[in-house]
Amino acid sequence: MAHAGKIVTVEEDMPALLDAFDMPLLLIDGFTVERANAAARRLLGTYVEGEDLRLAIRHPDATGLLSGSGEGSAQLGGLGDPERRWEMEVRPLGQSRRLVRLIDHSQAAAAERMRTDFVANASHELRTPLATLMGFIETLEEANGTNDAAIRMRFLGIMGGEARRMQRLIDDLMSLSRIEADRYVRPRESIDLASTVRVACAEIEAGGIAGGRLRLTLPDSPLLARADSSQISQLIHNIVGNALKYGREGGEVKVTLQADDGSALLLVEDEGEGISRDHLPRLTERFYRVDAGRSRAVGGTGLGLAIVKHIVERHRGRLDIASTPGIGTRVSVVLPRDAEIL
Amino acid sequence: MATVPNIRSADFDLAELRRLVAEMGGLAEAAIDDAVAALTHRDTESAAAIVKADQRIDALEAEVERRVVRLIGLRADQPDELREILAALKIAGVVERMGDYAKNIAKRVPLLVEARGIEPLAILPAMARATSEIVHAALDTFAARDAEAAVRVAQSDARVDDFYNSLFRALLTYMMENPHNITASAHLLFIAKNLERIGDHATNVAEMVYFAATGEQMGERTRGIDTLTDGN
Repeated sequence: MAHAGKIVTVEEDMPALLDAFDMPLLLIDGFTVERANAAARRLLGTYVEGEDLRLAIRHPDATGLLSGSGEGSAQLGGLGDPERRWEMEVRPLGQSRRLVRLIDHSQAAAAERMRTDFVANASHELRTPLATLMGFIETLEEANGTNDAAIRMRFLGIMGGEARRMQRLIDDLMSLSRIEADRYVRPRESIDLASTVRVACAEIEAGGIAGGRLRLTLPDSPLLARADSSQISQLIHNIVGNALKYGREGGEVKVTLQADDGSALLLVEDEGEGISRDHLPRLTERFYRVDAGRSRAVGGTGLGLAIVKHIVERHRGRLDIASTPGIGTRVSVVLPRDAEIL
Repeated sequence: MATVPNIRSADFDLAELRRLVAEMGGLAEAAIDDAVAALTHRDTESAAAIVKADQRIDALEAEVERRVVRLIGLRADQPDELREILAALKIAGVVERMGDYAKNIAKRVPLLVEARGIEPLAILPAMARATSEIVHAALDTFAARDAEAAVRVAQSDARVDDFYNSLFRALLTYMMENPHNITASAHLLFIAKNLERIGDHATNVAEMVYFAATGEQMGERTRGIDTLTDGN
């Protein structure tokens, strides 16, 4: 009120005001478009201003909504890109004027599709070992006497393996959901990454799958970072485990930790067939497998790298996977060091 | 409409005419999308609804004709407007045909309920998407009176033709492999042909838009290779 000389009516500011929204907005009088904001002009074409809106948005539900009671909303497809889904909302503004909002629901639709895909994949992954288990149980029920002892032992061995695979899968699903749940909570404790890597690699060696193939290069002094030590340990287990499983038999797996400016760099390099370029962008998707048969044969759940990605994200770090077919794969994880987080 | 000053009643009638044609277009677009969705989901109920909804398109076409006759009388001295009125009439006719083709696809849905596992069926939704895109684009050029965009739309019809030609060959092979597939394959071939005709009609819409805007006929359009050597 102090600047009485500079009264600007809302009417004059309207175009700028409407343009400031990145959602398509149209001001209509009757059915004629008085004003379309920049987003609406991009979606429908610049000609819409001054035209009947029903020429541009021809979906029968939209026509019905505009011609009907004057307000409400309708779901539309096929505006702009045919894959996109829109909600059109009409609200009255004064006597004959109305505001039309177009709300983009494409992302929600895509997220919904991903969610159903995930449920379908997870159910499939859980059902496969279960089917094996049940088949063997039925066979064992029919087997008789001590003559079948050798077969029984072999079957029980397979059953044990399948049951453990299901257990691993359920463990992985649970840790994935736990990591996702604390996605926005930064880790508080300050840990020494060098000793975490040393301990995790010792555990892997003790597990028996490494067979003396691990080559560790760690810094002499502690490398502090704000991190969740159990998650970092899981990350090392998953990455190094992959390198051992998919690397050439007897080939070395080099694990290097070093300080790099304000961050800590963990490198895991294997010698193996590597991964072709097409697969690289999708490696961290849940249940994505380069070679499904082989992954199951080595006991993979299809969730290892998805878990790694979520752990790295929670620690505000960066994950890079580079691979040269025929030579090997190199996974690098950059984590911010303690000083930087503070 | 009272807030728009100096509007002549004939202007208003032409706008209303264009609005009716756009409404027909919207119904035809929805009919095409819904018919193909009904086909892929084997949804006979929705197919029956599409067949019934076509009456509305027919009724709108009759309304367009009635208004055109009246407008021609009123605007006989305005060549530009007459051209637009005639184009609207012709587009209404073409859109009515598109609606019929969509209806025809819907009518075949009950006959295909049992046809599972026919591989070429997987290509139809992609062809249908390409067809809807071109229909939508053609009606957009009509709404925008955009002659340049109309030329681009007319050229893009080749994509739908290419789809038709590849489906034609795939379905023929399928019929030859197993005589049991012939009935279903023949229906699918008709459906593909319907989509191909819808694409052609979308091109006709674009040509009409071009004519209304420029007063000239659009030149020979670039086509995909035709299945029939003498064209259609």
